[in-house]
Amino acid sequence: MLDYISGVITFSLIYVIATVGLAIFTGFTGLFSLGHAAFFAIGAYTAAILTYFYDVNFWLALAAGGAMSGLVGFIIGYPTLKAKLRSDYFAIATLGFGEAIRVLLENLDITQGARGLPGIAAETTLPVTLAVAVLTIWVARNFVSSRQGRAAIAVREDFVAAEMMGIDLFAVRLRSLIFSAVCGGVAGGLFAHYVAFIQPSMFTAYLSTQLTAGVVAGGMGSITGPVLAAVIFVALPEMLRVANIWRLVAYGLLLVGIMIFRPQGLFGYQEITWRSCRNFWKRLTGSRAEPAKGGQG
Amino acid sequence: MFLQTLLTGVAIGGIYALMAVGYSLVFSILNFSNFAYGSIIMLGAYVGYYSMVQAGLPVILAIAFSIVGAAVLCYINERLAYSPLRKRKASSLYFMISAMGTSIFLENLVYATIGARFYSFPEVLTQQNLEFMGTSIGVLDVFAIVFSAVAIYALHFFLQNSKTGIAIRAASYDMEVCALNGVNITVLIGWVFILAGALAGISGMFLGMKYMVYPTMGWITNKAYIAAVIGGLGSLPGAVVGGLILGVLETFVSAYVSSVVRDVFSFSLLVVLLMVMPTGLFGKYLEEKV
Repeated sequence: MLDYISGVITFSLIYVIATVGLAIFTGFTGLFSLGHAAFFAIGAYTAAILTYFYDVNFWLALAAGGAMSGLVGFIIGYPTLKAKLRSDYFAIATLGFGEAIRVLLENLDITQGARGLPGIAAETTLPVTLAVAVLTIWVARNFVSSRQGRAAIAVREDFVAAEMMGIDLFAVRLRSLIFSAVCGGVAGGLFAHYVAFIQPSMFTAYLSTQLTAGVVAGGMGSITGPVLAAVIFVALPEMLRVANIWRLVAYGLLLVGIMIFRPQGLFGYQEITWRSCRNFWKRLTGSRAEPAKGGQG
Repeated sequence: MFLQTLLTGVAIGGIYALMAVGYSLVFSILNFSNFAYGSIIMLGAYVGYYSMVQAGLPVILAIAFSIVGAAVLCYINERLAYSPLRKRKASSLYFMISAMGTSIFLENLVYATIGARFYSFPEVLTQQNLEFMGTSIGVLDVFAIVFSAVAIYALHFFLQNSKTGIAIRAASYDMEVCALNGVNITVLIGWVFILAGALAGISGMFLGMKYMVYPTMGWITNKAYIAAVIGGLGSLPGAVVGGLILGVLETFVSAYVSSVVRDVFSFSLLVVLLMVMPTGLFGKYLEEKV
């Protein structure tokens, strides 16, 4: 039972890492990726192939997975972001990219095609994942409050105005994409060494959608929101294990519902802090809330 | 061999063109990518399948039912998922996410209720072949080419000559001025979605007959999106040309290279095109409107 619980937590944390990465990209630049599963897959396969065929150290393989994913992010991002296209063009490009990577994985020799890689060393443990997750969130937090992050927020809010302030749109978007690709790659590497078996059919558009759903539901422009959403969306159904299919039906409804009734996301534009938790608690118990500080929405 | 491949390519390209036109039609008015379009096509195929197999209707009637069913669903989709956003004047990102949510919802609803089974249409047209200039072509392919051409021409005729069509074209230039001239935009958008849904029904029916009917069959609209980008997002002639080009090129790649690289090829084509010619062949929008 304890194993099971720690398994669920590990799994949620892996999702948290990937979701935080996507939150930095979609939530802070306003561009919409429909192919993030591809980064997850690239990281998973790179890391798994290194430990599986070449006996590379696990941590090194994990880093290589992240690096490879980041590199691919650069390769795909450079042409698509350079042209300053509408977000629709970019979404369609990522959609095609995700599918193309999956087809490629199904047909390469090194990935053993659709059969997948069985028997990868199960190196991912709860402490390892927790450490990586904490590191990712810490880096993401620093990124957001850095010059880069502020530039990204400006781009999301009004890219014309941001550009007139001297922000290099292309550089900001590309860096955010690479950051999120690296996060996705590392999460993929952890995933591969957790489930010990990967095959291309695990990395379909559903995975991309789940990640995006986490970011949107958690609130674009927040890091803690998507973290919480990722935990809720992955851990809860995993624990309940009821109606696995209906979970995705509910996802869809939830996305539409959030767009219509609460477009800023569950925690939109605000980080969950001790103060906001206390305020929430006070509102629940009926006493007056302190004025929230620092919220933009 | 060459002519055969070309004809097969035109047949699949015709279906791509139908889907791309439906998708572009919505884009030209509301300026967002309707990612729910694939699931409307899928549902259209299911309607066609059930009316043909369960109700035992002839093909033509099944196509008619599929058209009507998909059009109604597309309209309901707009009313429930996009209309509230439109009233709030939300940005296109929200529309896109809402569309994606609709697509996840519909796809998995079918998966959860009807199941993941693959259904194939009864073999009415699929088995027969026609001899044409020394090559043989499936009757279904001929049927698809003719029907796509007729449907696209009918749409063109409607947009050029009817009052609603003229209003749709006006709205695609400027919705607000169009509304100021006394056009009821809500009704107009309803029409746009009904037209797009009708095209979805036809393409769903042909895709179902050519391949099979299953919950994720709507993902083939990825190709329609690519086709629309090739032709230029929001341009209807562009969507037709883009669909045909993509269909023919893809068929040649899978015939002369391998069917495996086909999907990778379409994607690479998209990326190269975005670099070289970001507006597509007939595109009018490049950057986000301010």
